[in-house]
Amino acid sequence: MGERGRKHAMLEIKNLHASVEGREILRGVDLTVRAGEVHAIMGPNGSGKSTLAQVLGGHPAYTVAEGSVLFEGKDLLAMKPEDRAREGVFVAFQYPVAIRGITNAYFLRSAVNAIRKHRGEEELGPVEFMDRLEDKLRVIGWDSSYLSRPVNEGFSGGEKKRNEILQMAVLEPKLAILDETDSGLDIDALKTVAHTVDKLRRPDNATVLVTHYYRILTHIAPDFVHVLSDGRIVKSGGKDLALELEEKGYDWIREGAAVA
Amino acid sequence: MTPLGKAPDVSDVPDVINRYVADFRAFAANGAGGAPSWLKEIREGAIARFAQLGFPTTKQEAWRFTSVAPIAETRFVRAPGSEVPVSESQVAPLLLRGAAGPRAVFVDGRHAPALSSRVGLPQAVEAGSLAAALQAGGGSELARAHLARHATWRESPFAALNTAFLLDGAFVHIPAGIALEQPLELLFISTGQSLGPTVTHPRSLVVVDRGAEAAVIEHYVSLARGVYWTNAVAEVVVDDEARVEYYRVQGESRDAYHVATTHSRQGRDSYLGLHVVTLGAALARHDVHTVLDGTGAELILNGLYLLGGTQHADHHTLIEHARPHCASHEFFNGVLDERAHGVFTGRIIVRPGAQRTDSKQTNNNLLLSTEARADSQPQLEIYADDVKCTHGSTVGPLDQTALYYLRSRGLSAETAQSLLTYGFAAEILGRMRRAEVRERLDQVVRDRLESGAAARAA
Ligand SMILES: Nc1ncnc2c1ncn2[C@@H]1O[C@H](COP(=O)(O)OP(=O)(O)O)[C@@H](O)[C@H]1O
Ligand SMILES: [Mg+2]
Repeated sequence: MGERGRKHAMLEIKNLHASVEGREILRGVDLTVRAGEVHAIMGPNGSGKSTLAQVLGGHPAYTVAEGSVLFEGKDLLAMKPEDRAREGVFVAFQYPVAIRGITNAYFLRSAVNAIRKHRGEEELGPVEFMDRLEDKLRVIGWDSSYLSRPVNEGFSGGEKKRNEILQMAVLEPKLAILDETDSGLDIDALKTVAHTVDKLRRPDNATVLVTHYYRILTHIAPDFVHVLSDGRIVKSGGKDLALELEEKGYDWIREGAAVA
Repeated sequence: MTPLGKAPDVSDVPDVINRYVADFRAFAANGAGGAPSWLKEIREGAIARFAQLGFPTTKQEAWRFTSVAPIAETRFVRAPGSEVPVSESQVAPLLLRGAAGPRAVFVDGRHAPALSSRVGLPQAVEAGSLAAALQAGGGSELARAHLARHATWRESPFAALNTAFLLDGAFVHIPAGIALEQPLELLFISTGQSLGPTVTHPRSLVVVDRGAEAAVIEHYVSLARGVYWTNAVAEVVVDDEARVEYYRVQGESRDAYHVATTHSRQGRDSYLGLHVVTLGAALARHDVHTVLDGTGAELILNGLYLLGGTQHADHHTLIEHARPHCASHEFFNGVLDERAHGVFTGRIIVRPGAQRTDSKQTNNNLLLSTEARADSQPQLEIYADDVKCTHGSTVGPLDQTALYYLRSRGLSAETAQSLLTYGFAAEILGRMRRAEVRERLDQVVRDRLESGAAARAA
């Protein structure tokens, strides 16, 4: 952990408890993510992975009862969702939302400009923005027809996931939390998504991949793998842990956790 | 069919009705001079019908959510017509497309030739005064063949009243095979400049012959605030293989009353895009009755109502599938702010034998305030077996998850809300095929939503 110790934490979650509709889902999560790292969070259905992602994004339906989250030393939980995004946090939704009547291009430009404004940069006009967008589109293997369609409206499951990745590519976050962006993708789409995530990796940004498949981790090697079970991280390890989970399933960890 | 009769004796009917019947007598005696006898007969029949029906009450199913008591209780006088001087510079900003295109302008129900323009219209196209087309002697055979033949005025007291007081309005005829390059705007201006509340009964007859193509804008505006009542009827005839984009924009004063009926009849393999945008009036009721009367006809009935304050607007639509292999797609979206109330009724009748009907209806209502209200009722009557009919309606506030989704990409809560609201309206605008009209309406909608948001923030 020598090198790790020297870099300060980008995201520091301590003893996070969160509930939805009065039910406690997260029951004391601890997690530290440093710049340059890729973390995978795995775990069975219903273990609280999306809850964790949405709490970090600032979803108003979730309430935090206990614990703290620092992003670059700032209190993330005290920020509005839009301020988290402007500070550089990006959550790719497991179930992206369709926005009728608003084209993808308009939405993307509005988002980019909101963030640029926050950074004190000049807003981009439609033409300038399109120029910049072209590269990103090419990376995810899309033509511009997707830009003139309403956001996620009538998109297939896979197209919605690609659209999340396009947003990430355009917004260039410091911390990207991808909630099951790999599920529902065919093998080519998965490769494209993995390739895009890999391409966007920089020493000063970090990625958290929420997944319950090993598949994507063969394309993006994680530095750390964590297992979330019943609202707690019950095991952490290197990428070998993912392989072990792939072979043995989650039951052995749950049993182990119960004993511990 | 009710036989055309004489108006009843004034002593049999309530006071309100008496007033209108008495006024009709005065109108028939002088103001309506020059009309051919067939028209006089129709008017007589219509006032008789109005006297029988009277003003509707909320006890009647079709008027459950809309009380017209404020109209019945107000003593309206017929607007004096083009006596009020209106200048070209006053008109230009009121035109949806500015002063660039062809237009027929009406001031308090009367055609104003000096304010109108035939720019770019082919010689054979008629676009002017209905009164002129109805002149005894020199009138139009075509007007006679169609006028009051499509509007079901026997079933509606308001359409009956309009027909009784029928004097002027728009007469548009696009002969076979002609394609209009530019949209034709019919602008109805209420001056609202009389001492008391006035009423106008503008009538429009639009006939698009076989294979012709046109975009027509029927547009209602006011010069000043003030209580007045527009009681309009339009008949739109779309012959075989004709293609029509018809925009109906109601931007009356917020103190005004607006009651209207739009009737359309479509022939074989025709297309009609009927776009309804309702922004104005204190109380508005719009009945739309479309008949798909030729095999292979296609209708898009596409409406948007944006209401605020204490505005009330009721859209009552009826799509009649009379022939097989027709398609009708109906979409109405309502944005209701403050204490506004929107009402939508979507009736679809599939007549026996109208097989292979493809009919789809949606009505979505967005409530921007807890005091806003929307009522939505679909009514499907299907008398054929091989048909595809779907309908759905929603009423509710902005989707919280969608708001969060936008905010999670960096948009402020206010921007996210206005973007979602605009998108909701833009969905309707997106179906308008004439870009030059769509873009203008897009601006109108943006301005309206912005002023609504500003009022909310204040
Ligand atoms: N908005 C919500 N309302 C009610 N229950 C929820 C909501 N979101 C999540 N839950 C519940 O919380 C638990 C964890 O869900 P989630 O975080 O989606 O798990 P995962 O992503 O690991 O499959 C589940 O039991 C789920 O039913
Ligand atoms: Mg999940």
